[in-house]
Formats: sequence, structure tokens, C-alpha cells
Amino acid sequence: MSTLQRVWDSNFAYQFRRDPVAICSALVLLAFVLAALLAPWIAPQNPYDPLQLDLMNSKEPPAFGGQGNPDFPLGTDDQGRDLLSAILYGTGISLLIGIFAVMLQAVIGVSIGLVAGYMGGRVDSFFMRLADIQLSLSTLMVAIIALAVFQAAFGPQRYEDLAIFMLIVVIGIAEWPQYARTVRASVLAEREKEYVDAARVIGLSRARIMFRHILPNALTPILVISTVQVANAIVSEAALSFLGLGMPVTTPSLGSLIRSGFEFIFSGQWWITTFPSVVLIVLILAFNLLGDWLRDALNPKLYKET
Amino acid sequence: MALLEVRDLEVEFAMRGARLKALRGVSFDLDAGDRLGIVGESGAGKSMAAYAILNLISEPGRISAGSIAFDGRVLNTLPAEEMRKVRGDRIAMIFQDPMMTLNPVLTVGAQMVECLKTHRTISDGEARALSVQKLREVAIPSPDARFDSYPHELSGGLRQRVVIAIALLLDPAVIIADEPTTALDVTIQAEIMGLMLDLCETRGVSLILITHDIAVVSETTQRMLVMYAGRVVEQGETRGIIARPSHPYTRGLLQALPQRNKPGAELNQIPGSMPTLAELPPGCAFHPRCAYADDTCSGGVPALRTLGKRLVACHHAERLK
Repeated sequence: MSTLQRVWDSNFAYQFRRDPVAICSALVLLAFVLAALLAPWIAPQNPYDPLQLDLMNSKEPPAFGGQGNPDFPLGTDDQGRDLLSAILYGTGISLLIGIFAVMLQAVIGVSIGLVAGYMGGRVDSFFMRLADIQLSLSTLMVAIIALAVFQAAFGPQRYEDLAIFMLIVVIGIAEWPQYARTVRASVLAEREKEYVDAARVIGLSRARIMFRHILPNALTPILVISTVQVANAIVSEAALSFLGLGMPVTTPSLGSLIRSGFEFIFSGQWWITTFPSVVLIVLILAFNLLGDWLRDALNPKLYKET
Repeated sequence: MALLEVRDLEVEFAMRGARLKALRGVSFDLDAGDRLGIVGESGAGKSMAAYAILNLISEPGRISAGSIAFDGRVLNTLPAEEMRKVRGDRIAMIFQDPMMTLNPVLTVGAQMVECLKTHRTISDGEARALSVQKLREVAIPSPDARFDSYPHELSGGLRQRVVIAIALLLDPAVIIADEPTTALDVTIQAEIMGLMLDLCETRGVSLILITHDIAVVSETTQRMLVMYAGRVVEQGETRGIIARPSHPYTRGLLQALPQRNKPGAELNQIPGSMPTLAELPPGCAFHPRCAYADDTCSGGVPALRTLGKRLVACHHAERLK
């Protein structure tokens, strides 16, 4: 109770309560996460189970238009899959890939950034040049090449099973320099502070100084870029799926849903592409707005009197 | 043999191809239970000497000559892992600003327990009990509660007490205090200094007190070094040096003390400021600021020579006497 009370009373929580945009985006995100987690119970059908799909139901328009089937509130896609269910499950997959890819980026990037910043010298030059090389290749390009190679190597069937894992690894590895650079910059500033000298004087090991003393002090920028990076990772996943290199149509993510409906957009079945797109946009917007707010809230120089 | 023997210590920095010597031939002994003062202006190399003793000079600097023997072992050639065991355990250090030396995101207790666990095999409960006991010894009120405090919840004086408690945690043989009271309120400076001296005395801990405050050194130490531009210019018993300085620089420092001036009169100061390492004047580094300087001073670097019971590096030391 006392911890809860402390969190509630903190300056951070206070600023959050005073910012309607932050509250809205947090609520939207919470709703998406809950919907994705509860998808197996709240979705009208299991979009991954081919036995529940009926081709006779394909391309049903949304129910609210008056001409659709009330069983399919947002209509169906070309395989008779209920769009609402597919979006609920797909949001879950997109979030899963986004969050785990960012965790992978963070683990790689933070470790490399810490080591490079603290050790300096050749170690620093080596890792930072590596980061420069990685950044000079665009994320999508790296991902397209890697995923195309994986698809060819594993064959389509096996690739479908491994797709989530592959997307996490590829997006995770492609974006680590963002973290490495951010962390390195903070470490360079923290390293000169006297508490680091004090820790060295006590006789602590390098690893301990880096991870226990410097890292917690460099956490703020990591938190801030994490929200933006999750949004970026979800967009990357959607883009890759849209290009046919991401999630297969049998277990669609938001990107694959957009792609599957794209062919029908001019033949009248606009809803297949539109609804997943709207969900994707709202999701990304919520992440970015929350990230913006977090950046301002954690920046003591931008203290707002409101 | 003394507990700590520093011989001809030189520290050099590689800067843009040039090698700048931050310390040039510093030698001193420290016996168990002794107190040694190191005084000088900012940039004289006082702190550099402390870091060198702990072998913590970081790139691009390095110890280029000399030796540091502690308890029969030569520290500057010790493998990194062995040296790490000496730091904090046998030789502890107290820094100037307690705002900066405590990690802001860890509790006081966490920092103390971490230090204990690095050097000893000890259970969490024992570590806590020992830490609280040390906090009590440095006269921190309600040490049990303060153990779980974050540094920002404590006042400057309390924080410096915590730093002292951490330094004493493993019962070191030597404590190096680098301007331990400079960042504190004048009202608590004397309190903290008294506490530190008391604790060192009762435990027989040797103290190296680094400061620019020659008054503090005169009250607290038996022996002192006066440093200027990386060199020792005068070295010997504190009382003798304070009473009758043999080097013009020491004399200047003493005359600059407000206590030595008439009330209302303008303070005596040493004209000019310390030269940077890159543009040391030829000969004696102090001669451009020295009232006694003549051609011999710019001609040759004065060697540290014995004069009575002390060592002094000045061509004209006799004239001052």
C-alpha cells in the first residue's frame, strides 16, 4: 500500500494525471494489450483454425452497413475469416514481435553501449564503427535480405512456423545501434562523475561498475527511446509482412492483413485493408504520443508548471 | 620500513604527441598511524598523487617512473585483480564532494553492503549489521533508518559521514582524504574533520590529507608536503614548516591566510597563477611568481635538498631562513 501511495504521489504520476494526451494514449495502449491478451476468449472465432473458416462467408461486408452478416461485425476477408478476430489476434502478434524485438535490441545495444562508453579507446572505436556500418544499411534492407534468405533456406512450410522468431531476431539485430549510441552517450557523461571514481576506489570490478552503478543512472534515455523503438519495430514488422516477407497469411499480423486486403481495395472490399490499417495507425500513434510525453516528463529541464 | 613508501613517483600524460609530466619525482613515507598533509594550489598534482597510489590513473595518463610500496608490496606493478583487492580494503579514499561520490540511484545501505561483499564473504544480515554499526560510529542519528535512505534524502554533512563510514567499513590501514571538507558548510567542516581525525586515531589508521587549506594541515598533521606544478617544493615536519617556511611558495601560502593579515588590510597574495603543464617556465616553475627570483632560478631546476630537518627545492632557501 505504501509503495502504491508513493508511486501515486510521485512527481511522475502527478504529471501523468495532468496530461490528457498521456492518459488517452496509455488507455488506448492498455485496451490494445488487453484485447490482444484476451483474444482467445473474446474473439468470435479462431482465425488460425482452418476448420472454422468457411469460404462461403468470404468477403462479407461489415455488419454495421446493414447488408452484412451480423456474425462478422467488421466483415470477412477473402478466405472467410472474421476480420475482428483476425485483428485481435494480429494485434497480439504485432505487439509480441515489437516488444520482444525491442528487448533484444536493448540487450544487445545496452551491453555494447556500456562497454564501448566505459572502456573507451579501441573497444569504443570498434563497436561504434560497427554501429555506423549497421546504420548505413537501412533496417528494411537488412531485414528483407535476411528474411528472403531464411525463406529460401527453410522452405515455406518451415518458415511459417519460425516466422515470429525470425522477425524478432532480424528486427532486433537491425536496430541495436540506436540503443548502443544512446547508452554510450550517457555513459560518457556518467563515467566522469565522482561516484564512478568512488566505486573504483572501493575496488569494485568493471562489470559491476558498468551494470550496477552506471547503467541505472543512464536509464532515462533508454526508457524514452524504448517506446519509440517499439513503435518502429511494429511498423517494420508490418512493412515486412506487407511485402510478403513477414507473418504468413495463415497466422496474420496486422501487416499481413493489410496486404491480404490490398488486392481487393479497388474491387469494393475496402474493409479488409482499412480496419487493420486504422488499428495499426492508432497503435503506433499511441506509442509515439506516450513516448513524447515520457521524454518531456523525464526531462527535468522541461518542467511544466501546469 | 614505513607502511607506505612512495619513491620518485612520476606520472605522465600523452597529449597530442607530447608527454606532459603531471608528477615529477614525488617521494614520501607514511608510517602506521601517521598523518601526512599534502598542500598546494589546484593543479599542483595533489590528487594525481592520490590516484597514483591507488593505481587509478586512467588513459592517457600512466605512472612512468618510481615505485609505491605498501606493506612490503609494490603496488604499481601489481596485477589488476590484486590491486582491486587492495583498494577499499587496505587503502580507502574520501573525496571532496559527497553529493557526487555517492551513487544517486542506490541506497546508502546498498552501497555499503556492496563494498563489504566485494572484499569479504559475508551474509546479507551480517553485512547490514556491520554497516549500521559503522553508521553509528560516524555519529549518524538513527542509523537503521538511514541505511535504507537514498543519498538525496541526506544533508551534505550526513552524506560525508556516510562516505567516511564506507571508507572505514573494512578497517583500512590508510585513508586518503582528498579535500574532505571543501564542499561542506563552514559550520560542519570542523565537525567532520574532527570526526575523521578521531576515528583515524582510535583505530591507528594512517591518513593522507590532501587540501589547499594550510590551516587545516597545520592543525591536524605531523608531516607535510608542499607541492607546486607536480613537484614537491618543501617537505618535513608540519610544525617546523608552518613556523618557518623555507620555500617562497610555502611562505606565500602562509602569508595569504586571512588570520595572518591585519583586519581591514588587503590580503597578501601570490601574484599570478600556477602555470599549465604544457607551458612550464624554464628552471624553477615558481620563479615567475617569486619575489626572490634571479637568473639562477630561470637557469636550472632546483633539486630537493636537505636543509636542517627538512627537504626544500629552492636555490635561495638559505636567504629565507
